Amino acid sequence: MTASPSSINRPAVIAVSLWVGVLIVISRWVGLQSYHWFPVQASNAAPLVDGLFSFETTIGTFVFLAVASVMGWVIVRHRAEKYDASDAEPIEGNTKLEIIWTAIPFVLVMAIAVYAMKVNTSLGVLGPMEHIHLADAKEQQGGYPGDRLPSETIEVVARQWSWEFRYPDTGVSSTELHLPLDQPVTFRLVSEDVLHGFYIPAFRLKQDVIPGRAINFNLTPIRVGRYRLRDSQFSGTWFAANQADVVVESVEAYQAWLKQAAGLPLQPGISDAVEEYELRLKQSPTPGWATVKPAPPPQVNVPGSNALPHDA
Amino acid sequence: MTPTPSLAQGHPQLSWTRYLGFSTDAKVIGIQYIVLAFFFFLIGGFLAMIIRGELLTPPADLVDRTVYNGLYTMHGTIMLFLFIFPVLNGLNNLLIPTMIGAPDMAFPRLNTAAFWLVPVFGSLLIASFFVPGGPAYSGWWSYPPVSIQNPLGNLISGQSLWLLAVALSGVSSIMGAINFVTTILRMRAPGMTLFRMPVFCWTALAAQSLQLIGLPALTGGAVMLLFDLTVGTSFYRPEGGGDPVLYQHFFWFYSHPAVYVIILPVFGIFSELFPVYSRKPLFGYVYVCLASFIIVGLGLIVWVHHMFPSGVTMWMRNLFMFTTMLIAVPTGVKVFAWLGTLWRGKIQLTTPMLFCLGGLINFVFAGITGVMLATVPIDIHVSNTYFVVGHFHYVIYGAAVMGIFAAIYHWFPKFTGRMPYEGLGKLHFVLTFIGANLNFLPMHPLGLMGMPRRVSSYDPEFAFWNVLASLGAFLLGVSIIPFLLNMISSWARGPKATHNPWNAIGLEWLLPSPPPVENFEEHVPTVISRPYGYGTGLPLVEHQDEIERQLTLQEASA
Repeated sequence: MTASPSSINRPAVIAVSLWVGVLIVISRWVGLQSYHWFPVQASNAAPLVDGLFSFETTIGTFVFLAVASVMGWVIVRHRAEKYDASDAEPIEGNTKLEIIWTAIPFVLVMAIAVYAMKVNTSLGVLGPMEHIHLADAKEQQGGYPGDRLPSETIEVVARQWSWEFRYPDTGVSSTELHLPLDQPVTFRLVSEDVLHGFYIPAFRLKQDVIPGRAINFNLTPIRVGRYRLRDSQFSGTWFAANQADVVVESVEAYQAWLKQAAGLPLQPGISDAVEEYELRLKQSPTPGWATVKPAPPPQVNVPGSNALPHDA
Repeated sequence: MTPTPSLAQGHPQLSWTRYLGFSTDAKVIGIQYIVLAFFFFLIGGFLAMIIRGELLTPPADLVDRTVYNGLYTMHGTIMLFLFIFPVLNGLNNLLIPTMIGAPDMAFPRLNTAAFWLVPVFGSLLIASFFVPGGPAYSGWWSYPPVSIQNPLGNLISGQSLWLLAVALSGVSSIMGAINFVTTILRMRAPGMTLFRMPVFCWTALAAQSLQLIGLPALTGGAVMLLFDLTVGTSFYRPEGGGDPVLYQHFFWFYSHPAVYVIILPVFGIFSELFPVYSRKPLFGYVYVCLASFIIVGLGLIVWVHHMFPSGVTMWMRNLFMFTTMLIAVPTGVKVFAWLGTLWRGKIQLTTPMLFCLGGLINFVFAGITGVMLATVPIDIHVSNTYFVVGHFHYVIYGAAVMGIFAAIYHWFPKFTGRMPYEGLGKLHFVLTFIGANLNFLPMHPLGLMGMPRRVSSYDPEFAFWNVLASLGAFLLGVSIIPFLLNMISSWARGPKATHNPWNAIGLEWLLPSPPPVENFEEHVPTVISRPYGYGTGLPLVEHQDEIERQLTLQEASA
């Protein structure tokens, strides 16, 4: 943009290069910090997602700081003097610059997209992005390396407003989701009323549950702990209270839980909505506006809890 | 063409009551749009205060959950359909005819009808607070089946009024769009070729073309939803063989481009104001103009990125990720062009300039989180969380509303004939900039931690960032006070404005402040150069010196 491209302003070039170096260091540091902004990594998808986010945070921080630096410089150094109403030197454009700043973002976002597509593919191999209604021959055979075939399909029934988990192999049902550590699990997601979102932040995975469809969804937990499952697609009055706990435990503990659960009689599972709805009916006049009546709590072997301290 | 002798005669003082009735004058309609929009802005903002009040603490303790759901739904609906679209249409009405030298809009009566639909559907929407069962509560997306559950079973429900209002809003916007596109294409001053047209008009043309392409999908989709709700059809009902996801396609086919309908004119505002307050031509004018239409083209093929977790196939996820990423390129071109404009300028930090600079840095932040959201694996984690809420509030409030404030301060003297107060304006800027960032930045960590949007209660680990966000929201609530004070007091008794108080280049600045009803009447100047000729010494129109001398004389004699 300067008027005389032939004479290179050496101190300026050095200063800008130094500043760019500083920005790169800061950006990389912020990118590394970004791992701490997430919940614990409890599924094998989580490290991939967090790595991608860290990469984009690094680039994004650099872009943001670079733009902010230019704006800051301009505001400090290129301010009009008081009472100076004159115009600046008219620079109407610079084709070379314009081509460069079209090409750089293009290359940058395409690089991000290609990286993201690779992560998509890995996640696809891990399982979480394939659906039953699109089953092809490969998928019907599992689509996974032989030793990682999902052992069991857990049925997830979403309702207004409760989550019910059924383990068909043992006939167990629960309103607390138990999963074995390091084992690929397949879910069959169904909804009996409206859209819901099956979202476990510690797993970095989410899938809408769509009435009228059964969706297959796979994941592999990699960390023992208690995590939150949250409804992520607005589902009406008690949407916010439609949470369940996910317990990841060792294979032995999981098997023991299943065995014990199979012996328990059916009882009402957790539904915070039903409790709140009953309280609401007791108030006169009824507070607020009209609401859909919550579905009765599912009858399950193990209600479990959604009020214990959770890791994420 | 000779300069305008009629200008020197001045024009009769018009009564302020013309703002209350039916008028076909674009400058009256423009102010009607803006004032009405800010009335709804206060209502929508008040709802936001209640929402942030509820979210100060983890349990749902301030209002009933049903009330919370109604309030957040109405907040979004009012802010989009009754604030931001009307306020932008107000600016279009004021700026397009004056910037291109037209006496009025192409279809003045259509313009009146389009405006008066706004109070009609606005009243419908507000009336829904008072029908049995309360207003719509399914979010501004109104995804079925939750939106067609209709707990009381009445024909007249909050949701049916909501759908009617949205459909009417679509009709109003289509009428407006036809008018703006026609006016820009057919009524430009002699000599004003497309590549001598101000960028605001380019962006308005782009945005209104998007309205024409996209709105029929939303309006049609909304009418089908209304049928499902009221007469029991099954377009989206799974139990009747319908597909709830189909609605999402109709909705987002328009509602993603709607974001560009909002942000493109704001890009136009930035492109107009940065040259004025840097005293330099817009860097890469032609490229900036064309970038708007590249954004239009790409904007129409990205909508599925709102549906990545909705059960779409892998190839769609990948394809729409690429198209969404590409949006960053023309947008980046604009950002760099503005930086190029600022560079080595003579920067004047006036109120409009401060709002533009603040809006620009907020927009860059929003653009970066936008690229993150386009990335499928990240989006799978953060979609429907507060990360998205933070992102789009940075776009809509941080960039668009800031740009709109900039435009109002900048063109206020032109259309009211009075100068706004700088001190109040700067106070307004500082409160808005701090308030917006304090309100919307904490939403990003909340989303990354996994707090879903639209919740009326949340787990205690989210409390810290929510308290910060609420404080920011309350600060934003306060920030509107200096703005309103400024507008009312300066309009009533501010110093008289000259025809060109900012020393800006553009046809609108060759008109008296306020301009006469028919703008240039039959004496439309002939445009002989590109806009933004700051520092070039080139006149914009033929006989420019003569026109300016006449205006100055007229002001001296008044």
